[in-house]
Amino acid sequence: MSSALVEVRDLAKTFDVSPPWLNRVLERKPRQLLNAVDGVSFEIQRGKTLALVGESGCGKSTVARLMVGLYAPTRGDMLFDNREAHAEFKTPAGRTLRRRIQMIFQDPYASLNPRWIVEDIIGEPLREHGILQAGPALKQRVGELLQSVGLSPLDMSKYPHQFSGGQRQRISIARALATQPEFLVCDEPTSALDVSVQAQVLNIMKDLQRQQKLTYLFISHNLAVVRHVADEVGVMYLGRLVEVADKNKLFAEPQHPYTRMLLDAIPQMKHTGRQRTPVQGEVPNPLNPPTGCTFHPRCPHANARCKTERPPLQMLRGVKVACHAVEEGRI
Amino acid sequence: MSTPLLEVRNLVVEFPSRHGTLRALDDISFSIAPGEILGVVGESGAGKSLTGAAIIGLLEPPGRVAGGQILLDGQRIDQLSNDQMRHIRGRKIGAIFQDPLTSLNPLYTVGRQLTETIQAHLPVNAAEARRRAIGLLQDTGIPAAEQRIDHFPHQFSGGMRQRVVIALALAAEPKLIVADEPTTALDVSIQAQIIQLLKRICKERGAAVMLITHDMGVIAETCDRVAVLYAGRVAEMGPVHEVIHQPAHPYTVGLMAAIPDIEVDRERLNQIDGAMPRLNAIPRGCAYNPRCPRVFDRCLQERPDLIDAGATRAACWLHDAHDPHEKTAVVQGARA
Repeated sequence: MSSALVEVRDLAKTFDVSPPWLNRVLERKPRQLLNAVDGVSFEIQRGKTLALVGESGCGKSTVARLMVGLYAPTRGDMLFDNREAHAEFKTPAGRTLRRRIQMIFQDPYASLNPRWIVEDIIGEPLREHGILQAGPALKQRVGELLQSVGLSPLDMSKYPHQFSGGQRQRISIARALATQPEFLVCDEPTSALDVSVQAQVLNIMKDLQRQQKLTYLFISHNLAVVRHVADEVGVMYLGRLVEVADKNKLFAEPQHPYTRMLLDAIPQMKHTGRQRTPVQGEVPNPLNPPTGCTFHPRCPHANARCKTERPPLQMLRGVKVACHAVEEGRI
Repeated sequence: MSTPLLEVRNLVVEFPSRHGTLRALDDISFSIAPGEILGVVGESGAGKSLTGAAIIGLLEPPGRVAGGQILLDGQRIDQLSNDQMRHIRGRKIGAIFQDPLTSLNPLYTVGRQLTETIQAHLPVNAAEARRRAIGLLQDTGIPAAEQRIDHFPHQFSGGMRQRVVIALALAAEPKLIVADEPTTALDVSIQAQIIQLLKRICKERGAAVMLITHDMGVIAETCDRVAVLYAGRVAEMGPVHEVIHQPAHPYTVGLMAAIPDIEVDRERLNQIDGAMPRLNAIPRGCAYNPRCPRVFDRCLQERPDLIDAGATRAACWLHDAHDPHEKTAVVQGARA
């Protein structure tokens, strides 16, 4: 029994991206599998925030979708409140579980139905889960939810297009909170927003977390935002976690060479006119990942062992890191 | 100060619509010297991309330049016909857009697109054009350029594609490059490479760059000067270090405070309440007045133009030196 609200064990998702059957037969093309998430494990304590960061294609959004049950995992499982979530999603009890896990999506323009008024959008999960039926009680509850994200109850008769991007994202948050979930999966909730509006949304999310003891999985590519919201940070590269550390530790003493590179690559406001040597190379094709440690082609510390042997995520120097160079004390 | 390469004077861009004419850019003035990088920053809808489009002559109809002048090398280019403008685009002004995949033709190899551009603007033969194209690809950091030149855009990764687009913009050796969010679609590690490339190219070739972005970090590391746009007007303009570290306009102050800092851990971010006004509902007086924490009577009545405000210039009545009463307010504000 662990005390964590969410515990993920060796979670993996493989997508079949093979050419169509006819092409495979005629052109003798092989099956092709994409390991989007390749065995990640982590825990999130109740009331805390774990942030997953990484560049595009590293599998962070796939993790988010696995967590809410939008994808079934190829391997591994997730324990939610010590219950096997993916097994339970398939049973009638899964409905209750889904009520406790909700998601906020990246694009507030695409995630709200343009033909529905806000009352219907926010009321849908309440009706769907049989918590409240349409009527004055539902209206009342939608009004409360709107107020909790800083909007007015009068807004419930408006359509999404009548709101700005930041306001729409608050509507998404209100909808996610409708079923009084304990765990919120937030997939890049502010990356479609301008900075001044981003600050509003991040502040609301923090306030709500404090008031309602919410647990967050926060997915982002923006390390500055992550620094602001997270308690713990996991860095992903090509479907694997390369480092998991307490926020302060990660930003003060990044261990994995990829984490160091990411932190160094962020343009910062205080460095006006800074000259620097950017990291060379790009994220490799996930269909054909490098052998051994997948970061070795871009890593300045790679040696023969890194090219052949895949480093496991292990406790080193007080953080979890997957790197031979750190293990051997070379860096 | 050398003579500016690009000068924009009181530019007004309007969109006629059924419900009246919308003024998207209102009285924008700035200049860029050769070899200088000017950053244009603002939130979505502030008019930064529109400013770029007006300069390149690619305003989407019914949008039109309704006033002011755009001068390139001392010559007006805002009244040229489409045909005349086509010779200037590419030859004198290079453009880099946000999405590298849509700015390249997927049906042609990058080599063909490059040589076509070179030959359209410069009197060189095919062999010379190809040699130059390879040189450009090498210059923009594409490995094995001799082979890569015959590849199609889809065979390049996002970062490499953006390098091809930059090579294409440089093909006819333009003096001015308008880069509209060139790194927004890219990952941070690639973004750093592209910024480095833009800076180097600008220095080596003495080209002026207008860099449009919403990312203050990119501006800080790349630009010499910066113009902050708000609701179609320049709110503040000045050297990049001063605008970032001693902003004079309350909007710039709020914007800087709202950006999460990777090195500082704060419990709450400073937020600017409200949102930028829509074009059909821009308030009277200063457009920022409904959100401004330091608003006073005059802001509701009169619209400020850029005024000297210490190291920068800001469109804010707080900095009006001719009004002794307000001047004291500025001094207090600076100490607070």
